[in-house]
Amino acid sequence: MLYEMDNNKQKIDESVKGKNSGSNSRRTEIRQFQRFTRLNRVLHFFMILSFLSLAFTGLTLKFAYTGWAVILSHLLGGFESARYIHRFSAVVMISVFIIHLISLVKMKRKENKTWFQLLFGPDSMLFNKKDWQDFTGSVKWFLGMGERPPYGRWTYWEKFDYFAVFWGIFVIGSTGLTLWIPETLTHIFPGWIINVATIIHSDEALLATGFIFTVHFFNTHLRPEKFPMDIVIFSGRVSLEEFKVDRPDEYRQLVESGELEKYLVEPYQPIVIKAIKIFGWIALSLGLSIIIWIIYAMIFAYR
Amino acid sequence: MRYRNLVISILFVAFYSLQPALGQSNDDCLMCHSDKTLTGQINGRTVNVFVDQQVLKSSVHKDVDCVSCHADLEGTDFPHKENVAKAQCVPCHDDVQTLYSEGIHGKAEEKGDPLAPICQTCHGSHNIIKVSNLKSAVAPIKIPFLCGSCHKEGAPVQVQRKIPEDHILENYSESLHGVGLLQKGLIVAATCVSCHSPHKILPHTDPQSTISRKNIAGTCTKCHSEIETVHRKIIKGKLWEQTPHILPACNDCHPPHKIQQPIYESNVANQDCLNCHGRPNLKSKDGRSMFVDAIILQNSAHSKIACSQCHNTVNPAHVRPCEGINSKVDCSICHATEGDQYRESTHGQLFAKNDPNAPTCEECHGSHNVLLTKNPLSPTFHTNIPNLCGKCHRKGEPAAVRYVGKEHDIIENYTESIHGKGLLKSGLTVTATCTDCHTAHHELPHTDPNSSINRNNIASTCGACHYGIKEQFAKSVHSVTFDKNNKKQLPVCNDCHSAHEISRTDASGFRLSIMNTCGRCHEKIAETYFDTFHGQVSKLGYSKTAKCFDCHGAHDILPVDNPESHVSHENIVQTCQKCHEGATRKFAGYFTHATHHDPVKYPILYWTFRGMTGLLVITFLFAGMHTLLWLPRSLQWRKQLKERQNSNTDITEADDNEKDDEKS
Repeated sequence: MLYEMDNNKQKIDESVKGKNSGSNSRRTEIRQFQRFTRLNRVLHFFMILSFLSLAFTGLTLKFAYTGWAVILSHLLGGFESARYIHRFSAVVMISVFIIHLISLVKMKRKENKTWFQLLFGPDSMLFNKKDWQDFTGSVKWFLGMGERPPYGRWTYWEKFDYFAVFWGIFVIGSTGLTLWIPETLTHIFPGWIINVATIIHSDEALLATGFIFTVHFFNTHLRPEKFPMDIVIFSGRVSLEEFKVDRPDEYRQLVESGELEKYLVEPYQPIVIKAIKIFGWIALSLGLSIIIWIIYAMIFAYR
Repeated sequence: MRYRNLVISILFVAFYSLQPALGQSNDDCLMCHSDKTLTGQINGRTVNVFVDQQVLKSSVHKDVDCVSCHADLEGTDFPHKENVAKAQCVPCHDDVQTLYSEGIHGKAEEKGDPLAPICQTCHGSHNIIKVSNLKSAVAPIKIPFLCGSCHKEGAPVQVQRKIPEDHILENYSESLHGVGLLQKGLIVAATCVSCHSPHKILPHTDPQSTISRKNIAGTCTKCHSEIETVHRKIIKGKLWEQTPHILPACNDCHPPHKIQQPIYESNVANQDCLNCHGRPNLKSKDGRSMFVDAIILQNSAHSKIACSQCHNTVNPAHVRPCEGINSKVDCSICHATEGDQYRESTHGQLFAKNDPNAPTCEECHGSHNVLLTKNPLSPTFHTNIPNLCGKCHRKGEPAAVRYVGKEHDIIENYTESIHGKGLLKSGLTVTATCTDCHTAHHELPHTDPNSSINRNNIASTCGACHYGIKEQFAKSVHSVTFDKNNKKQLPVCNDCHSAHEISRTDASGFRLSIMNTCGRCHEKIAETYFDTFHGQVSKLGYSKTAKCFDCHGAHDILPVDNPESHVSHENIVQTCQKCHEGATRKFAGYFTHATHHDPVKYPILYWTFRGMTGLLVITFLFAGMHTLLWLPRSLQWRKQLKERQNSNTDITEADDNEKDDEKS
């Protein structure tokens, strides 16, 4: 994601303060690198909430033939209540999406960049040459034919996840709207688009949930070096040590440009970290239980 | 006979006129017997032997010679002997004589009974005239008095001989027949001889008697020839004559001599019975109570029915008229239709096999306490029927135990059904109870083609109340009349509504089960329905989406190509609009039974699904391989990181210091 420090000045102040007030070495060690802004973290939080709600309510209908769906449907207060939750969550998710788009526009204005600079600059989310290099480098690394590529601010799989959301919002959102107001839309379109929309909505949802709860979960949380989870998306902070090893290219650039100091912040209190981890655990287990449910429904209970 | 007599008379006259020297002409006799003071000796008594010539001349025997009847005087000379025998009717009326001698009068006469009537007692002697002449002694109008001269109350015959009837003449004169004859002058009205026959009178116990149980119907129908048409229920053609032991005889309801209107007074008055049976401690030999509560009887539906009409084997001739009772009351004597139905029913068949569980009339209706079905206290009152049938058909009771079919917990299920609730909770007495479907007396298993619940009859049975539905159904695709060539078994009412668990069709349970119900035959269609939103919501257990009958109709289902069908091109938009306000013609183009597994019928859906599946598979293949390849490296990487961390935390610190130095 395009990155923007809202309170650079403050961070620098803090860093300076830290230097003056205590031991240099300890401070630097404790201070962490700020990877995500508050807005990004809040948006992602709401993304998780709405995504899980959509998944549970939607899959309940998709897998209506499983006993679990019946139980869940009743837990959710009936299919009408589930439908309400589903549509409400959809509105939340689309709002998250729109707010993000607005934040991009704001950032452009703030940084006085042209769209070209924003889209094709070094921190852009668009795929570029480095991503190809990283990808081929990764494959070589996987196959034991090279070292771990020096990943930068955004890795290619992160960019893939990012654009998957764009795609998903478009595909699931448009078909979802068709199913929301079929009577209105069939003034224009033939009736069978409701059937088509049902298939696309349902299968794309399966793709989205399946991808997020397996591939995204593995890439970010479950892969051994991050296991069991990476809380950076909630705290926004990562230890310098980890940052240095994980994204050597970004670290190098920051050091070279001398901007690293701008991103160094005080870590959260342990109680905050604990709360984050509890939430993370809940989200993770919900996601994984959905995967189990999908596998059960698709393989064992399918008629 | 008259002609024969005439011919004989003419021959005699001719014979005697040709040979006057040999014969005795009537004139010869009348020479003496025209003397009004002439007397003679008969059996030692002096009697007047005057013969009125005028009377003789106007009698039917005017042309008959005296010696034809007084045969013992033939050929004798004057003066003839004393103690002349009685005039003989036989030579001419031998056939009548035979009848007479077979009758009770003739037999009595043969025994020398002085009270026995002979021909002359009734017909007279020289004054016999035609019966059609009202002056005849045996003219119909005179018969009651003629017979009554011996059979009236107090006459020697009535006092000294065994005559089971009393007040015969009085009763007769008050009866319908008597009033007709004596007060209205209808000479065709039945007199004594109409029923008892004129000459061969026999007691009713004699099988040959015209008034025996066997013959009474034939006797009465001589006049009441069309009585069968008004007594149809009881008589039913010739059944009356053929099975007199089942059916009542005329006089069971219309007591002899008292025939008035059918106010069934009986030979044996109830009071006579209650003299003994009114005692609460009366017991039979085997210990059963024989007590009959007069008050209960008085309040029963049979309050105006005499004991002996049901216990019809009582014999008033006995000291204890009930002596003759040795069988149970046969209700079909009066309730013939019900009796026939019962005998055909399963209950009746079991009863015929002497099954101890078989219910009889009494089991359901009671005996002396029998009440009309419309009386709420009656066990056969509408709301009491489920309990009544439940006595045997409730779970665990004899009928339920021996039952082998598919219906279980019948009474319990019925009570919870829409009919049961309507009847027992809402008190709707018009609601169907057991007997409305199974009939009251003609219960048969559904496999029997005559059963009211047989597949072929069930629509009519339900249609008795649900008439509008029956009409709709008869026109629908499920009706046998719809397609005569159809060989498939078509559904009937209970296939969808069940038998004893019928629920409201707007109830969630019914709405949810209907897909499986229709799906029993429409398997494919039901399956594809479950692929759609409507079907999925139904699967979750919610009834608030379109079910089969919401679109197709319930009893008026018709094929799509029928313009009257709910899903025809003409009506489909309206049908959708029932739930989807603002639905358009295009909206109705939604495939309600779509499946993405059929490339021919739904190519768009099929290829959309294929495309989406392809996308899904490719994404997961790629991402999955990426992940799997990453995993071992990631493990290695983790190990390296750990080693680095453990080996020297100092290094990190040193590094940091170094960095800080650089920056500062």
